[in-house]
Amino acid sequence: MESATVASMVVFYGLSTAAYLGYLIRQRDALHRWGLGLLLLGFAAHTLLLAALMLRTGHMPVSTLRETLLFTGWTISGVFIAFQLRYRLRVLGVFAAPLAAAATLIAAHVPSGDQSAQPLLKSLWLGAHVLFIFMGEAALALACGLGILYLLQERAIKRKKPGFFFRRLPSLELLDSSGYAGVIAGFVMMTIGLITGVVYAKMVWGRFWAWDPKEVWSGITWLLYAALIHARLAMGWRGRKSALMAIVGFAVVMFTFLGVNFFLAGHHGVFTRF
Amino acid sequence: MGALRAVPLPTTRRAARMERTHHMTDRFDILLIGLNHKTAPVEVRECLGFTANAMDDALERLHMLPSVQEALLLSTCNRVEVLVTTADHERAVKEIIDFLADSNHLAPANFTDALYIHRGDDAVRHVFRVAASLDSMVVGEPQILGQLKDAYRRATERKCSGVILNRMLHRTFFVAKRIRTETGIGDHAVSVSYAAIELGRKIFGSLEGKTVLLIGAGEMAELAVEHLIRHRAGTILVTNRTFERGVELAARFNGRALAFEEIGTGLREADIVISSTGSPDYVLRRDQVKAMRRGQRQRPLFFIDIAVPRDIDPEINRLENTYVYDIDDLKGVIEENLEDRQRAALQGERIVEEAVIRFRQWYQSLEVVPTIVALRHKLEEIVLQEGAKTMGGLGLKADARAQDAFDKMTHAVVNKILHAPTTLLKREVGHNQPALYLDAVRRLFGLDD
Repeated sequence: MESATVASMVVFYGLSTAAYLGYLIRQRDALHRWGLGLLLLGFAAHTLLLAALMLRTGHMPVSTLRETLLFTGWTISGVFIAFQLRYRLRVLGVFAAPLAAAATLIAAHVPSGDQSAQPLLKSLWLGAHVLFIFMGEAALALACGLGILYLLQERAIKRKKPGFFFRRLPSLELLDSSGYAGVIAGFVMMTIGLITGVVYAKMVWGRFWAWDPKEVWSGITWLLYAALIHARLAMGWRGRKSALMAIVGFAVVMFTFLGVNFFLAGHHGVFTRF
Repeated sequence: MGALRAVPLPTTRRAARMERTHHMTDRFDILLIGLNHKTAPVEVRECLGFTANAMDDALERLHMLPSVQEALLLSTCNRVEVLVTTADHERAVKEIIDFLADSNHLAPANFTDALYIHRGDDAVRHVFRVAASLDSMVVGEPQILGQLKDAYRRATERKCSGVILNRMLHRTFFVAKRIRTETGIGDHAVSVSYAAIELGRKIFGSLEGKTVLLIGAGEMAELAVEHLIRHRAGTILVTNRTFERGVELAARFNGRALAFEEIGTGLREADIVISSTGSPDYVLRRDQVKAMRRGQRQRPLFFIDIAVPRDIDPEINRLENTYVYDIDDLKGVIEENLEDRQRAALQGERIVEEAVIRFRQWYQSLEVVPTIVALRHKLEEIVLQEGAKTMGGLGLKADARAQDAFDKMTHAVVNKILHAPTTLLKREVGHNQPALYLDAVRRLFGLDD
């Protein structure tokens, strides 16, 4: 049952990716509607699956790499849908749909591993920590995608060779402001996620901060985005610099999220074991 | 009744036309020399143009060239075209190239590669295509027709145009109008303004409330500002070397005039800068703009440089959040949706071809032999018709002898009448204004009806 649901999600997200790619090339409204519709179907199946998992195990579905990936895919779809409602940035589906598809596809091929409940995970604080961190990272992923689109569009305009992307991508203004909105949303959620995490650490380990590699890198990530927002608010950085920082920032996020678990030791490692 | 047959004509019109082709083609020739955005980069065009003030003088000098009879001079930011009639084609080419070189203090070698030289039908076709905007940077853009009309008005005011160019330009305007209405070539909004709006939208998303700074004046720039206002641009700032003109323009756009020295203030407020001055040098340089932007919030700033020679240092494009498009760059934007207009353009070309043939027929008729033949034919026809009518009215029937006598009389009458005009035409043809007499004769006797 579970694997059938995952398979259906892969199909929905995969088709959605195809539709969005078609939309990017062909610019037909119908393709965008299909893309979004399929993504919504995938998201619905995804939500049901995660809800079933949580009911069964009684904790946030982040105890194994498989669950973590599934949860990642879910937050990406969810945040994209929210973004879509707010900014109507259709072309962003070209990033969101394949990311969700890739996350679920990999999850489908990762062994389910030990699902025995870890007492660690049964806490409201931890639930909030995980949820906010993941949503924040999904928002930052979209901000990174928008940053890439911004650079592509700006390049087309600066080089005065309006080609494929010039016609298909939205305006610099929209890419810049929505990318910034993604950064702000991601930063706020990441901050809440970090605070709840720190509080939770105090509750289970007795101290707020343990200089665990994951903690350190999270701190670095947070500072980086804080710097981006500061530069924008105080010095009026925008456009290209802002886009570059969103991309670099997300690379660090990815490292903090996955790299630290794989390359460095620490107490977060257990969540990505397989 | 009507036993009188039409007297066999000495030659049919068709034969006459063939005869004339060999006879007179070198007498006078339509010649066009020019360069445009396709053959010359903006760097060359900005060196070779004529400013509005220099036009009268230049036209007069062009008209004074020994080989030139009629003359017209068109100079826009996308093209410089010299249209003349001449009796000595080769000499005229040489003199006109020298004229262009002298007027702009250039060596001919700097621009001769970019020149195209058309004569006869090709020249006519070229002018038709230019007027119909088939040769424009933005196919279908409407401004070129107005510019050509201005050039023609200038030529008529200075008495530089004559029978041939008058006829040709009137045909030109007619053809252009016909193409516009029949093919809808102008429907795609087009023109530089259109490209500027497209780009503005890709930079700003919406143009609503954007502050526009207009530097200088000029038809195309003003048109662009009007387009921006239609897209709900906000404040319009106008600055001009002549403050009065700036105030005038500002009033027209409900905007604010700035002194030319206040450009910096304008830049600090503006989102979009449209520049179109006659300045030979850059009005804004990279360092200036860089300094002005320092310590300022990095709003995007979009420069549209309509001027040729250019006003905005292209290096400014490399500054952050700053985009500079000159008139050639805008061309690249427009070519994107050119496909839509291709079909209309094809249809337009067909209309041009048709018009070229019609004009050629008229033009060729302006030669002595066919005109005399046509004149003779016309008179003979009148005499014969009236004779037949009279005979019929009297109830008489002509026998062979009477018929013969009648024919002879017809010839004699026509010959007598035509003697003086024929002599005059033949004599005048060797002189300055053959077309003038020929055209007058054709119109007096309605030979083209």
